[in-house]
Amino acid sequence: MQVETAPQNSTSSHSSKTEPVIELTGLCFSYADNAAPILEIDHFQAGSGEMLFIMGPSGSGKSTLLGLLTGILVPQQGEVKILGQTLSQLSGTARDRFRADNIGYIFQMFNLIPYLSVVENVILPCQFSPARRKRTGPPPSSPGQEALRLLAHLNLKEPGLLHKPVVDLSVGQQQRVAAARALIGRPNLVIADEPTSSLDLEHRESFLRLLFDECQRSGATLVFVSHDTGLASLFDRVIELKTINKATGAGEGGKS
Amino acid sequence: MRHILLLALKSVRNRKFTVCLTIISIGLSVALLLGVERIRTESRNSFTNSVSGTDLIVGARSGPIQLLLYSVFRIGHATNNISWESYQEISAFPEVTWTIPISLGDSHQGYRVMGTEENYFTHFRYGSKQNLQLATGEPFDDLYEAVLGAEVARKLGYGLGTSIILSHGAGDVSFIDHDDSPFTIVGILAPTGTPVDQTIHVSLASIEAIHIGWQDGVPQAGARISAEQLRRLPLKPTSITAFLVKLESPIATFRVQRAINEYREEPLTAILPGVALQQLWKLIGVAEKALLAVSSFVVVVGLFGMLTTLMTSLNERRREMAILRSVGARPAHVFSLIIGEAIFVTASGIIVGIILLYGLLIVAQPILITHFGLHIAISFFSSYELLLIGIVLIAGVVAGIVPGWRIYRYSLSDGMTIKT
Repeated sequence: MQVETAPQNSTSSHSSKTEPVIELTGLCFSYADNAAPILEIDHFQAGSGEMLFIMGPSGSGKSTLLGLLTGILVPQQGEVKILGQTLSQLSGTARDRFRADNIGYIFQMFNLIPYLSVVENVILPCQFSPARRKRTGPPPSSPGQEALRLLAHLNLKEPGLLHKPVVDLSVGQQQRVAAARALIGRPNLVIADEPTSSLDLEHRESFLRLLFDECQRSGATLVFVSHDTGLASLFDRVIELKTINKATGAGEGGKS
Repeated sequence: MRHILLLALKSVRNRKFTVCLTIISIGLSVALLLGVERIRTESRNSFTNSVSGTDLIVGARSGPIQLLLYSVFRIGHATNNISWESYQEISAFPEVTWTIPISLGDSHQGYRVMGTEENYFTHFRYGSKQNLQLATGEPFDDLYEAVLGAEVARKLGYGLGTSIILSHGAGDVSFIDHDDSPFTIVGILAPTGTPVDQTIHVSLASIEAIHIGWQDGVPQAGARISAEQLRRLPLKPTSITAFLVKLESPIATFRVQRAINEYREEPLTAILPGVALQQLWKLIGVAEKALLAVSSFVVVVGLFGMLTTLMTSLNERRREMAILRSVGARPAHVFSLIIGEAIFVTASGIIVGIILLYGLLIVAQPILITHFGLHIAISFFSSYELLLIGIVLIAGVVAGIVPGWRIYRYSLSDGMTIKT
């Protein structure tokens, strides 16, 4: 199924039609200096607004790839360019700030901080990134209002639900709160690490559709990593990790 | 930084039960440490101020500590007495302002009886140059009148007008009583926290009177004289045990001390009470150091408790830290979350400890003064106590560095994976 590329409405200066959102060149990464590389990618790129599905079984280097894309890990060779910025050129602190400003992240499960409320969880990125707080809209609109708007779009609007402790939400609800957090302040790139694997079948597709809608609305590029081939048909582009990863060390000592 | 602080506070609130327990255990240990320190300094103060405003203590030749023990603390015995003539002669030194004679040797129910003169009540100083105060009654001015120290009156339940019989000798149990000459209590002193509280004061003349007709420490058969007869006798003491000397100027102290130590008529020793008290405290002060060491260990145990709760919470918090990293928290943020919690817990523990300490002091102050003669002032912290508090706080921060560093390493290595 083809999903149309969303119109560009991002205000970020990084995002332009000519520049890919993700660009990997001559990438080589291993966890220890003399260990076999986990990830070796000659070239890969993803365009703005793309809905990308990266498929691979556990141990194929998925988590490593995500660590590299978010700038938590730095490759020994080659470069990771996000929105035209080579991450390895930035200091650790600058990479953290870059991630806060430009990347929304959804974990497989346990996405929420248990001692924060639903809204507090959603506006968390705005507290680390003034840029994203600004992008929630000009005053008088606040990150809190934007959070409520996003949650409503993701079918979380009953007041009773919003005031529940987050640990009392269902897994599906928790994942939607996590999606709202990834999307708040319109980051250019949303990365989702198997966010549907803890959902049952009927919720998977509806969750994905909500995620697509919101990514399109904000113009974000979505990188969705999963081993669940059943979902592949919903995406613009499907990439099997082993087709681009030449490393042989993957699957042996990699962090899954 | 503000949002990190808020996060830390919310996280602490989420674990309020264990955090409260940790704060209480640190609070208790801090209260114990400061309490021990308070009692330690106050007891040292009250000890070293057992006698003040006195420049020299003079007794028969002996060691300074022995002289101090029997003249001030009423412990042990004098090796020898001082003749009345020597006392009179030294009192007449031009440098001398006043002297207080002390005559020991009798007791009542284990409490020492001290023969002295009325000027004892006006000249004697203790603590920070405080006068003796009579809680009730007045000083003795006749034979067979006694003024009790506060503890004697309280422990034995005596009041004004009570009649007591003194015993010969200083032991708890004495077989020879001065039962022919009962004393009447005319005054009771206010508590001082010094050995004065445990002393029965009578006049030198009374001491002479009850020993008339005695020879070599035993009453002679048939030699007893009635009180009425005694009053007509010139009751001039022949000897005393020791005396306190106040000089016109402290500059003369060493000169007079030398003069007394080299006194030709009989062998005498003059000591500086402050110096001798310090020497004595060094001997018996080991116990208080041990006490301080024990309470310091209690603080260490309290901080280890905090370290343990922080360390055990780390594994469940790795997930939390990965989430924070994903929304842009730096490893330094993650580190400061843990350190911040350690500081918060330690500081709260210290505050709880201080509140506890002052609460206890307010409750215990009257009990300590009446039962132990120990006066503990409810004052602000001494610089030493502030130092102790500072050390506890720093130790808390240091204890937080271990788990903080650990979570810092985790947050670098875990990256975007969530360890569960």
